[in-house]
Amino acid sequence: MIKKTVSNVQEALEGVHDGMTFMLGGFGLSGIPENAISQLVKLNVKDLTCISNNAGVDDFGLGLLLHKKQIKKMISSYVGENAEFERQMLSGELDVELTPQGTLAAKCQAAQQGFPAIYTPAGFGTEVAEGKETREFNGKMYVLEEAYKADFAFVKAWKGDEAGNLIFKGTARNFNPLMCGAATITVAEVEELVKPGELDPNHIHIPGIFVQRIFQGTNYEKRIEQRTVREK
Amino acid sequence: MLDKNGIAKRIAKEVKDGYYVNLGIGIPTLVANYVRDDIEVEFQSENGILGMGPFPFAGEEDADLINAGKQTITALPGASFFDSAMSFGMIRGQHVDLTILGAMEVAENGDIANWKIPGKMVKGMGGAMDLVASAENIIVAMMHTNREGESKLLKRCTLPLTGVGCVSKIVTELAVIEVTDKGFKLLERAPGVSVEQIQKATEGTLIVEGEIPEMQLD
Repeated sequence: MIKKTVSNVQEALEGVHDGMTFMLGGFGLSGIPENAISQLVKLNVKDLTCISNNAGVDDFGLGLLLHKKQIKKMISSYVGENAEFERQMLSGELDVELTPQGTLAAKCQAAQQGFPAIYTPAGFGTEVAEGKETREFNGKMYVLEEAYKADFAFVKAWKGDEAGNLIFKGTARNFNPLMCGAATITVAEVEELVKPGELDPNHIHIPGIFVQRIFQGTNYEKRIEQRTVREK
Repeated sequence: MLDKNGIAKRIAKEVKDGYYVNLGIGIPTLVANYVRDDIEVEFQSENGILGMGPFPFAGEEDADLINAGKQTITALPGASFFDSAMSFGMIRGQHVDLTILGAMEVAENGDIANWKIPGKMVKGMGGAMDLVASAENIIVAMMHTNREGESKLLKRCTLPLTGVGCVSKIVTELAVIEVTDKGFKLLERAPGVSVEQIQKATEGTLIVEGEIPEMQLD
């Protein structure tokens, strides 16, 4: 077994520096790499490009990095629920590239799987397709979208083992599996780190080959953005 | 005239037995409350669940179980979870039978705009561009006019587009309208609403043929 464990978040983020491009898993605040984000705030690295479906909320998730003006460019599909983000974007302090959600997923997955680009129908005829190559297949128009390139991918899983194998839970899975192996170094933080053999190989979502560093995460807040309930 | 729940109730009648349905944020979310309980339907939420259930009981919320609107939800028996690539594979691959979403503007050629007001509001398109680029059956749930009283059913969209020539039907507080090659075709009036009222609230070409029936909501 090839061991991928590192002892803590400090070690997991070794090599991170100003100007890098990161992928960060999560949808809304669900499944975000909370420990990696806290450490990025502590390291105070600047001029970052972040590829993440959302940009957190004002005081949590990527909102913490935005608040400290560490992010130069955001690549996301949806950035509502974040007043500071909107302010920085409208004032021009923050460069924002909005990408359809399925295209964002596909561009991560393409990087993971060695495809330089993919064709998607999403965004054809809109400003998202401006300046991009388009092509007709079977009478329908598609837009060429290139795979992302990133220095680090920060993902969060439910369970993982020392070999870097990962299992996700519920809808916290989202973009996390697609970002594994899509960057030069993939750092996985898990709620529960177990010994090899404790995870059933049939149930593994992401094999350890896509993960370079794995560590046991701590102090997960797992904040709920919209708490909706029904009466008993 | 209908309220938001009325619009959802009318759209629910478009949901057929055996359908996989994607519901957008806002009025579309309400549609699930009105689907007949004698048919089998599965709701897809593009963040990664098929077989989405109602909101959880208080105390049973799970941060790892949300819908595309970031609301806490439940999973019904037979549900499945998947990553975002597979989710949009279902959408692009046209495995989802019906897509219901909101809009800021719809044009008579079926163009839709719902993600950006230049200089004012940019929240992003989320999954909307993928949905409208691929789905065959798209119903828009929206109010007929905006807060300024201006029509949202236009000859041409004025806002940046989300997709081109893709909307099949529109349900508003006033009417049910089909998008055809010739323009908006009026199918039904909301209870108590006249054809003239609908005409007045519609900037695009409105095709009125014969007697227009009133919507049946039950």
